[in-house]
Amino acid sequence: MEELLTATVRGVAQGSLYALLGLGFVIVYKGTRVVNFAQPVLMILGAYFTSAFAVDRGVPFGLAALLAIAVTALVAIVIERVAMRPMVGKPPFAAAMVTVGVFLALQVVAGDLIGLEQRQVGDPWGLDKSSVFGVTVFHSDLASLAIAIVVVLSLGAFFKYTRWGLAMRATAVSQETALAQGVPVGRMFSLSWAFAGGLGAIAGMLVATGGAGFDQTTTLVALKALPAIILGGLDSIRGAIVGGVLIGLAEAYTKTYQADHLAWLGANFDQVVPYLVMLIVLLVRPYGLFGTKEVERL
Amino acid sequence: MRGRPQLFTSYAADQAPLNTRSKRAWFIALIALLLVLPFQLGTELNALMATAFLAAIGAIGLNIVTGWAGQVSLGHAFFLGIGAYTGAALAGDPGGRVTGLGLDMWVWLPASGLVAALVGLAVAPVATRVRGLYLAIVTLGLVFLGEHLFRELEGVTGGAGIGRAGPELVLFGTDLNTTSQFLGLGLDREMKLYFLSLALLAIFAVVAKNLTRSAVGRAFAAVRDRDIAAEVMGVEPTKYKVIAFGVSSFYAGIAGAMLATVTGFIEPGTYDLFLSVEFLAMVLIGGAGTLAGALLGAAFVTLLPRLVEEVPRFLPFITAESSGGFLTVFQLQALIYGCLIVAFLIAEPRGLFGLWVRARNHFRGWLLPH
Repeated sequence: MEELLTATVRGVAQGSLYALLGLGFVIVYKGTRVVNFAQPVLMILGAYFTSAFAVDRGVPFGLAALLAIAVTALVAIVIERVAMRPMVGKPPFAAAMVTVGVFLALQVVAGDLIGLEQRQVGDPWGLDKSSVFGVTVFHSDLASLAIAIVVVLSLGAFFKYTRWGLAMRATAVSQETALAQGVPVGRMFSLSWAFAGGLGAIAGMLVATGGAGFDQTTTLVALKALPAIILGGLDSIRGAIVGGVLIGLAEAYTKTYQADHLAWLGANFDQVVPYLVMLIVLLVRPYGLFGTKEVERL
Repeated sequence: MRGRPQLFTSYAADQAPLNTRSKRAWFIALIALLLVLPFQLGTELNALMATAFLAAIGAIGLNIVTGWAGQVSLGHAFFLGIGAYTGAALAGDPGGRVTGLGLDMWVWLPASGLVAALVGLAVAPVATRVRGLYLAIVTLGLVFLGEHLFRELEGVTGGAGIGRAGPELVLFGTDLNTTSQFLGLGLDREMKLYFLSLALLAIFAVVAKNLTRSAVGRAFAAVRDRDIAAEVMGVEPTKYKVIAFGVSSFYAGIAGAMLATVTGFIEPGTYDLFLSVEFLAMVLIGGAGTLAGALLGAAFVTLLPRLVEEVPRFLPFITAESSGGFLTVFQLQALIYGCLIVAFLIAEPRGLFGLWVRARNHFRGWLLPH
C-alpha cells in the first residue's frame, strides 16, 4: 500500500511535468496549427539557462528561474519569427517538419552549451524528503506539483479573463475571422510560442530538480510529453493535463511493479510505457480522450 | 517527334520513365560514370558510395509512404532495424553467441524485406486509424518501442552496447568478402558491395517508378492530396495506406539488412529517432514525391558527413575530435541537416529536385525568358 502511494505521488509529480510540456504543445497547436517538435529543445534550454544563472552566476534560484523562463520564451519567439512565420498557410506537415529541423539544429547548440557533464539547477529542494502518513514524499515532487497547479490555473485565468487570452482563443477558432476583428494574429503566434518556451523552461527546470540534474540526453524526457498530448487529444488543454498525469502514473507504476511481476518485458520498460499506452488508446479513440473529431467536407 | 521533345501524343509516352531525349542521354552518361567510378575511388569511398545507394533504397521506401501516399512516418528506423536483424539472424554463424542460421544471401535478403513488410502490415491498421500529425507521433512511438525490443531481445541482437555482426556476404555459395578476378579486373569486397548495391538500387528504383505511375501510384497521390475526395471517387484510403506502409517497410527492410552488411556490425542504439530523422531529411532535402529527389537526397545526406570531415582543415574552430573546440564535426552535421531541412521547406519545398527543375527552366528560357 505504502509502495503504491509513493509511486502515485512520484507519478503525479512526473505527470505534472508532462502536463506542462503538453500545454506548451497544445497552445502552439491551437494557436498556429503546428505540432511543435522543437519543444524538447526549449525544455533543455530552460534547464540550461536556469543552471547558468543560478549555478554559474550565483543568482537566487527563484530569480534565476524567472530569467530562464524569459530568455527561453524569447528564444521561442525568435524561432517563430525566423522559421515558422514563413510557413503560415503551408501544409501542417511541412510546418511540423520545420520544427524537426529546428530541433536538430538547436539540439546541437544546447548540447554545446551544456557540455559533457551532468549539470545541476541549484534548486533549494535537493534530496529533501518528508514522511506524510508513512509515505515518503520528495520536496521536489511537491514543488513540481504545486508549481504546475499554479501555472495551469493562472494560464486558465489568462485565457478566460484577459483581452489577450480572448484574442488567442479567437485566433485558435479561426485565424481569418480573428484578423477581420482586428486581432493581431501574427502577434498571437509569437505569444503562443512564447508560452511554449516559458512552459518548456519551467518543465526543464523542474525535471532537473531533486538532485536529478540534467545532461544532453534529457531532451528525450520531453518527447514523452507527446504520448501525453496524443492521449488527451492534440487540441485539448484539459486533455494535456489529464494525459500528462495518466502517462506519469503509468510510468511510475511500471517502474515500481514491472520488475517483480512482468520481468520478461525487460529493463527500463517504464521508459517506453508512455508510447505503448498511446498506441493502445489510439486504437480505441483515434483523436485521443478529449480531442475534437475532425469534421471535414469536400 | 523529332525536334519537339516536349510533345507527347499519349498518356503512356508522357508517363514514360525517360520521356525526353536529354533525360535518356543524361541517364546513360550517369550509368556509365557509375560503372567506371569504383575503379577510380579507393576502398573507403567505394563503401561510402555503396552506403549511399542502399540509403537511397531506404529513402525511396520512405518516399513511397511519405512523399507519394502523404503519410508522415517517423518510424522508418524501426523497419530498417527489423530488416537488419532478420538478415543478421538468418545469415549469422550458427554456433555463435547470438542466433544465426548460416543461410545464403538469396534467402536472407528477400526474407529481411518480407519480415519488415509483414511487421509494417501488422502496424498499419493502427497507423491508418489516425491521420496527419497524430500519425507522425504514433510512428515516433514505434521507434522507441522498437529500440526497447532490440535492446531486450539479446538472443538475436546481442543487447545494448554489445551488438552483433551484420549479415554475411555469401551469395549463391560464393563468399563475396574475398578479392577475386573478373574479366581481368581485381574486385575487392567494397567493389562487389558497390556493384551489388547499385544493382539492387536499380531494381528497386525501377519498381518504385513503375509502382508510382500505375493505378496504385495514382491512388496514393489521391489519398495524399485529399483523402475524402479519394474515397468519394472509390479509392479506398485505408487499403492504399496499408499498401504504402507494406511496400515502404519492404524497402526499409532490404536497405536495413544491406546497410548492416556494409557496416559489418549492428547495435540496437543505431535504430533510434535520429536515424528516422536522417531518412526523413533525405526525402525532404531531396524532394518529396519524386524518385530523383529520393536519390539526390540519399546521396547528399550520406556524402555530407564525408565532406564535413574535410571542414576542420579550413575552419580551425571546428575540431575533428569528439570533444573540445567550438563545434565537433558530428555537431556540425546535425546543425547542417537541421538548417537545410528548415531552409528547403521554407524556400524550396520540392527540395534539391526542385532546385534542378528551376535551374533547368531558367536555362531553357535563357536569353528569351518569356
